[in-house]
Amino acid sequence: MRRTVAAVLGKEFALEWRTRESIPAMVLFAVTTYVVFHFGLNRNTIDGDLAAGVLWVTLLFAAILGINRLFVAEHEQGGFDGFLLAPVDRTALFVAKALALFGYLCVVELVAVPAFALLLLGPSLGQALPGLAIVLLAANAGIAVVGTLVAALAIQTRARDLMVPLLALPLLVPVVLGASQASAPLFDQGGAAALPGDWLTLLALYDLLFALIAYAVFDFLLED
Amino acid sequence: MPDSDPAVLLRGAGRRYGERAALRDVSLELAAGQTLVVFGPNGAGKTTLLRMLATLLRPHAGEVRVLGRSLPDDGYAVRGRIGFLGHEPLLYRELSGRENLRFHARLHGVGSERVEAVLAAVGMDRRAGDPVAELSRGMVQRLAVARAVLHEPELLLLDEPLANLDPAAQAQVAPLIGAGSGRTRVLTSHDPAGGLVGADLALGLKGGRAELLAPAAAVTPAQIAALYA
Repeated sequence: MRRTVAAVLGKEFALEWRTRESIPAMVLFAVTTYVVFHFGLNRNTIDGDLAAGVLWVTLLFAAILGINRLFVAEHEQGGFDGFLLAPVDRTALFVAKALALFGYLCVVELVAVPAFALLLLGPSLGQALPGLAIVLLAANAGIAVVGTLVAALAIQTRARDLMVPLLALPLLVPVVLGASQASAPLFDQGGAAALPGDWLTLLALYDLLFALIAYAVFDFLLED
Repeated sequence: MPDSDPAVLLRGAGRRYGERAALRDVSLELAAGQTLVVFGPNGAGKTTLLRMLATLLRPHAGEVRVLGRSLPDDGYAVRGRIGFLGHEPLLYRELSGRENLRFHARLHGVGSERVEAVLAAVGMDRRAGDPVAELSRGMVQRLAVARAVLHEPELLLLDEPLANLDPAAQAQVAPLIGAGSGRTRVLTSHDPAGGLVGADLALGLKGGRAELLAPAAAVTPAQIAALYA
């Protein structure tokens, strides 16, 4: 399985490097949205719950762009057939795609989070960064798992662009809730407070639950 | 697979797409090392038959056995022993031919020296570094042939394999997918004369039904032409 995951993941990153279809669009969307919030809220800085909400809703919508494109090459260029013809564990495709999406989200956040701090965040990002990194990784894992599952389901339908947000957004509400609640104390005006463990636990449980669901059902999504 | 087992066995095999039957009650046996050529007009069920044998489509009726294993239950056991060449090349356009073949080689557990060998065999070693999107259709077809035989499959499923290939390229891929390849082959063709060359058994499909099933040597071009009437 490890060999197959590595092969698919390598192909995935090579394709993204050549086409630059997902990451640049996600970055551009996130940064543009922060600019719009900057003017729309008519405030120079935000903090606390509002800052956390703006950060996570924007990252979620940027993620939807990546989820939408996750299986396009497989669908349009016969990648599904090529993979299904090989004597490999089909779950490897799910694992590789989820890892790829996780990687894309991390790259996007390397640009989007500093842009958020520059355009909107009142308190200094430096103090919040270690805690925020933990929340970002936990939330990215949940988005990657659910996003991959939804993308595999939606790619089989004609209305892929509609199905992805319709399916993913409700399923990802707990991620946005958990990530926002966990991040809010980090953006307090008086300085970053400690990470709330209960919300981080919720994120971790969500990640685990959907990883198990995905493991159980992904094979059936690839079945004819 | 015991020697007595046919490489392909169909008994009343059928497949539907929704309410429409694409393949109905098809029965045949093909021994190992033999070639079955399938004729029929567009929509007759040729591609459906190949995709079913390739484990890409589940049979909805009857019994389907490939290389001694029952489909769809034992699909996993035969996938690495089948080489499939369909209408789509199953190659990523933005990757080079070599990158595509290396990807498939890794999925099949095949070494990179085999990739170079098949690239040379199809005459694509000098253009192997170019993105597939920049190659002609004939070159892409040659790469698709290389992909299909990369893992040295026992059974070749070939959907109009010579489409887009000029005579020189056809001669070049013949040792890999032709009658002399020594592999069991199931291929589709619209060419009555050319399709029968090297074939042992001929199947004529029309509306998903087997209208013709006979040793290739006994089939006349007129019988094949009647399928298209």
